[in-house]
Amino acid sequence: MKISNFGYLLKEGLRDIFRHGFMSFAAVCVTVACLLIVGSFSCLVYNVNIMVEDLNKTSEILVYVDSELSEAEAKSIGTKINMIDNVLQSVFVSREEALEDFVADHQEEGEAFAGVEATDLRHRFVVTLEDNTLMEQTAQQVEEIPGVAKINAEYELAEGFTTLQRVLQIASVAVIAVLLVVSLLIISNTVKLAMYDRKDEIAIMKMVGATNGFIRLPFVVQGFALGMLGAAIAFGLEWLMYDALIKRLAEVDSLQLFPFVPFQTLLLPMVATFCAAGLFVGIVGSWTSIRKFLDV
Amino acid sequence: MIEFTDVEKSYVEGNVALRGVTMQIEDGEFVFLVGPSGSGKSTIIKLITGELKPTAGAVHVNGYSLERIRKREIPYLRRTVGVVFQDFRLINTKTVHENVAFAMRVIGAKEKEIRDRVPYVLELVGLESKGKRHPGELSGGERQRLAIARALVNNPSTIIADEPTGNLDPALSFEIMALLQEINRLGTTMLVVTHEKNLVEQFNNRVIAINEGLVISDGMDGYYHYENQ
Repeated sequence: MKISNFGYLLKEGLRDIFRHGFMSFAAVCVTVACLLIVGSFSCLVYNVNIMVEDLNKTSEILVYVDSELSEAEAKSIGTKINMIDNVLQSVFVSREEALEDFVADHQEEGEAFAGVEATDLRHRFVVTLEDNTLMEQTAQQVEEIPGVAKINAEYELAEGFTTLQRVLQIASVAVIAVLLVVSLLIISNTVKLAMYDRKDEIAIMKMVGATNGFIRLPFVVQGFALGMLGAAIAFGLEWLMYDALIKRLAEVDSLQLFPFVPFQTLLLPMVATFCAAGLFVGIVGSWTSIRKFLDV
Repeated sequence: MIEFTDVEKSYVEGNVALRGVTMQIEDGEFVFLVGPSGSGKSTIIKLITGELKPTAGAVHVNGYSLERIRKREIPYLRRTVGVVFQDFRLINTKTVHENVAFAMRVIGAKEKEIRDRVPYVLELVGLESKGKRHPGELSGGERQRLAIARALVNNPSTIIADEPTGNLDPALSFEIMALLQEINRLGTTMLVVTHEKNLVEQFNNRVIAINEGLVISDGMDGYYHYENQ
């Protein structure tokens, strides 16, 4: 194809958007609707993922030190704990600090624990992990360190968070993939209708010797432009809807536990996702639907 | 040049359209192709334009071997063969000038070439004053002239006219045939598919008659043989 023709084909593609105004409008509406659903679902999954990760970070291992060890000896165990691969950090809590926490936690019980003394408790470490899926193995490694008396870890809770996260990831990939395929099919059918409208023109082009590339380019330009327009409108609407939703949620006290990230945090990934999805459905939709009409 | 050697064509559903057609049309010839419906005329046109491939035998059109042609070569073959149809196949949303220019544009012609060539071809077919009209505003004869202009504009070495006068009255049919004859005199090979005996007789050209997928006569008196088989 000659470069001199490229401008003509671009112009033709863009002009066709207005020539077939209703079909273009329908294609943009379908793109906006599909991208809004994909975008909203992605935002929801992203936020839930962050919430689960935050919850996951709160699960810790409590490592109790042998009661016969002095505070200095107990502290030295921390170095060994920190040397274990999966350990993010370990914080030493002396038996005195542990008592203060205990008293503070049980103030409501009044005199019931009045006789408890620091010597009744052990020095301990609060250990947070890099990867909670390896909690059980890490706990076993910590238990093997000399001077460690007992481990307290909520394996089931950690496992529950991990499973929840995995299920969410798989579900989100599946739902987004299905929605993208649905968008692609709808857009491809919309473009097919537009092409059916022009099948005589395409047949004439084939008859006089136009190459497939020449015939295809204006349609691909059209698909690209409609896809991008749809993506831009969907992005704007998504932003407005998301901000409005966050404002509403902020007013409800019982939902304060679930902090949603502001849309600005999602700006770049959302722009990239919407552009990629718009381009994908626009170009692939028009490219695949024209194939049938080129086979003359 | 168009050359068919023992060409057979069967369709997937089992219909046999051609059963060993051999014929040769030299550059610059004017040939009528006659035969009843279902005789194989359309299959011959589709083979010449690369829409179909022969099941057996060899088809050579303007230097291309149709039995071996690659898909990406077909557009270039079609640029050497202009086609005119009975139903005109014009783009009604474009003007007369745009319809002709469109045929040049889609094969990548430059704007200057289009500006020079389109008025010349419109003048050749007698539509120079109707460039701004739309096909819907033209008479049947004028529409067929426009279809001929479009087939001619890329300067093909061959024009195939498939029942070009099928929708026209006898006077207009004669005009169109005279125009095709004139274009042929300028050097373009002409293959005209027709049913109209009067026209074939009036224009005294070579006639290839085909029936049931076979060439039954070929010569200046071909129509006589076709009628008396």
